[in-house]
Amino acid sequence: MAAAELHRLTIADAQSRLRKREISAVELTRACLDRIHAVDPKLNAFLTVSDKEAIEQAHAADRRLAAAGAPPMCGIPLAIKDIYCTRGVRTSCGSRILETFVPPFDATVVAKLRAEGAIFLGKTNLDEFAMGSSTENSAFGPTRNPHDLTRVAGGSSGGSAAAVAADECLASLGTDTGGSIREPASFCGVAGIKPTYSRVSRYGVVAYGSSLDQVGPFAKTVRDAAIVLRSLAGHDPRDSTSSSRPVPDYERALTGDVTGMRVGVPREYLVEGMEPAIENAVRGALGRFEALGAKKIEISLPHTDYAIGAYYLIATAEASANLARYDGVRYGLRASAEDHIALYERSRAAGFGAEVKRRIMLGTFALSAGYYDAYYLKAMKVRTLIRRDFERAFEQCDVIVTPVAPTTAFRLGEKMSDPLTMYLSDIFTISVNLAGLPGLALPCGYDDKNLPIGMQLIGPPFSEESLFRAGDAYERSGAFKPRRPAL
Amino acid sequence: MAEKKITLEQVRHVARLARLELSEAQEESLRADMNEILAYVEKLNELDTSGVEPTSQVGEFGTPMRGDQVTNRPAPEEMLANAPSRERGHFKVPKIIE
Repeated sequence: MAAAELHRLTIADAQSRLRKREISAVELTRACLDRIHAVDPKLNAFLTVSDKEAIEQAHAADRRLAAAGAPPMCGIPLAIKDIYCTRGVRTSCGSRILETFVPPFDATVVAKLRAEGAIFLGKTNLDEFAMGSSTENSAFGPTRNPHDLTRVAGGSSGGSAAAVAADECLASLGTDTGGSIREPASFCGVAGIKPTYSRVSRYGVVAYGSSLDQVGPFAKTVRDAAIVLRSLAGHDPRDSTSSSRPVPDYERALTGDVTGMRVGVPREYLVEGMEPAIENAVRGALGRFEALGAKKIEISLPHTDYAIGAYYLIATAEASANLARYDGVRYGLRASAEDHIALYERSRAAGFGAEVKRRIMLGTFALSAGYYDAYYLKAMKVRTLIRRDFERAFEQCDVIVTPVAPTTAFRLGEKMSDPLTMYLSDIFTISVNLAGLPGLALPCGYDDKNLPIGMQLIGPPFSEESLFRAGDAYERSGAFKPRRPAL
Repeated sequence: MAEKKITLEQVRHVARLARLELSEAQEESLRADMNEILAYVEKLNELDTSGVEPTSQVGEFGTPMRGDQVTNRPAPEEMLANAPSRERGHFKVPKIIE
């Protein structure tokens, strides 16, 4: 492979070539930075590119790689969603209110990757505060889909998904509150996992819906996603919700063997209006799992239809509390005002975009006196019913297979005028967050417009190994051949 | 659910609670959006949830304990570095008490 093509490597390949000293971390990092400068003006996947810091980190990684025992992520160039605090590098959350915010600390997962010698190429675009399904809610312009520049990359982690699809980095980090890793992974034709709630520390990741938010990677293959997740997962004393269960070596689970695995297919997930190409691609994938020795079982998740309603009450209620901290006092945008109440009201009015305001308003309403029981409490009870649906389903099957989204990537602007239609993009992903389960998205086909289609594998809590095993077995079976976007 | 239609007065009340200054046009469009979304979530009332416990968190949490030790170092300059307005080592805000 020519030096100019190194940005196309998978992490698994790069690890081996870095350790054999066939390539250096500096060469690999330069190839990614060159690629970013060549294609990102078309995509707007990055909000910040850290050329100088990345090359310095690469030199340090090369010194570690010269000796034996360098950690797994040493020398691997990554992109980080601009919602992770990065010491000394602006963290905007795609918002005017944090346009100049430079965190004095690293998020725990960033610190862990830094300690392993990973390279940070830059920060990626997102829907403002992760609120959206298309990255069109970014204050800094939308990210475009590498497979079709007239279409969205998905969201909210659209920049991180597009960056991987366009080979601007080897892998990236996103966050997922209702589908924000899986939907853009599907739209851009890459792998992405939302791990079990509590599997990964959220310390230093700017909060949206705290009972739903989870951190996870995008990668070019399921194997690469497994490699990155191992370096992210684990207990963090700074996040009391993080689990202290031991972290498995996920890569060792990739045996290629799915014999006897019970694959559940929910009958409620064949919704009206789903594109036939998506249904066909997912049915094709199910056929492949059967050919590999898995067993298909029809299951039911009867409360699927209520997930979006419950989600938009719970997530917005939590968001209204989490975003109360942006008051123009300690950091962020401040509007001029003669008294402190006007200071808060005007700073927030000037700093937040339309969707963020809409969700703060809805959440504040759902929590307000006289409405709490009817809306927020009701939604939390429905959440229990959704959780139980999955508990029952997993008595019959090991993994559930669904489409990631009812459509492929839609056109820029197509859904911006109607918030509710945009919310429906997340119909297959949202219940997974409500139930706290892991969900893996991976590509399984293309529609007639050459746009990627993704399938989702859902498992019980802490079943990431099974999801990776199934996804990797499918990928290795050669059922589907990924296409590089022409850029 | 309690109210079918959100009034402009309610929008203004919620905006005050949320500390958001809204223009008249924004009040109108938020009223329309909130009504549409709340009409959609009415769907939840199809479900009988009497006797169902609410889920506020998922997962396996206790209350993790740690030693009562200071682990962060004082770094006033770092803490103030992002302040939109500061004076003599403090965050500066408009006068609160007359």
